[in-house]
Amino acid sequence: MIANYGYKDGSGEYYISIDTDRCISCAAGRACLTGCPKGMFENMTDDYDDEVVQVKQQFRRNLAYDCADCKPSGGHASLPCTTACTPGAIKHSW
Amino acid sequence: MYTAGIDMGSRTVKVVIIDNDAAGAPSVKKTHLMFPGDVDGDAAADKAYDDALAAAGLRRDEVRAVFATGAGRKTVNFATDSVTEMSAGAKGVSYFFPSARTIVDVGAEEGRGVKTDGNGKAIDFAGNEKCAAGAGSFAEAMSRALQMTLTEFGEASLRSDKSIPMNAQCTVFAESEVVSLIHSATPKEDIAKAVLDAVASRVCAMVRRVGIDKDVVLIGGMVHNPGFVQALKSSMDVDEVKLPEIPEFVSALGCALLAAEARQ
Repeated sequence: MIANYGYKDGSGEYYISIDTDRCISCAAGRACLTGCPKGMFENMTDDYDDEVVQVKQQFRRNLAYDCADCKPSGGHASLPCTTACTPGAIKHSW
Repeated sequence: MYTAGIDMGSRTVKVVIIDNDAAGAPSVKKTHLMFPGDVDGDAAADKAYDDALAAAGLRRDEVRAVFATGAGRKTVNFATDSVTEMSAGAKGVSYFFPSARTIVDVGAEEGRGVKTDGNGKAIDFAGNEKCAAGAGSFAEAMSRALQMTLTEFGEASLRSDKSIPMNAQCTVFAESEVVSLIHSATPKEDIAKAVLDAVASRVCAMVRRVGIDKDVVLIGGMVHNPGFVQALKSSMDVDEVKLPEIPEFVSALGCALLAAEARQ
């Protein structure tokens, strides 16, 4: 399943997509949990009893601001979360 | 074997009890909808479930499993398990329309798009965590501004062929846009259409994230608004949007079906 967490508002569309099929058998040892400087990801058991990662509830309404520090304007050449996620399960829509 | 599903929505509690031993396929034994008012989550779930059981002539111990879903699913303390709205909706829709691939779920406070695999399993979803402008409460607030009931509001929009864009993304600002339209003597039916076009446009933007594949099914309370259904069809550019018989109960039904599967 591709889970899209986020929102669209007047300033744009801000979604973090997690491809849970790639997430189930994570080859990166859940590096995203520590890779994100703000700790925005957490483990969860989905409806099909698979262990996957999701974006924490409290961050889902503020992605444009919470992720801003990791964007190129914040001095990062690449996003820490997508870099840590070597299976390529995490994507940003903006 | 009886199983039940409870959908604890932000506005209403929906309960579905199914009889899994009916000939052919599981059949809906009873549906029950309750407006909890100022009753808290625990008590509302208890009361809605007890009322549904009484109407079905059943006792609690005759129901083998109860699954909960919805924004308040964690408050249903007697539920044997809980599932997300996406899984419940996908399962419920597959009961009515096995050919469904795209589900649009628009309730009171949230809208979401779900892609399914044809076997009642959600494979992709997108919602809007932030904004109420793509949900039923937005239409309700705007109908209040026009001093119309929701039914009148939906029917009025069908009498308009005007296309008035609403620019505001936020319910609060949109209401001021509606007030401006009222002051400029814009006919109510044109304003109603503008509002429902705006809701449909926001919902459609979410659904496009998961992709629009036929058949498209709309569930949730907004199914009862014919103006919204028309606006959604136009916005998604599809000829047909399938509507289940009991649109607001589909997720609760999905829960009951998932509960039955878990018990088998």
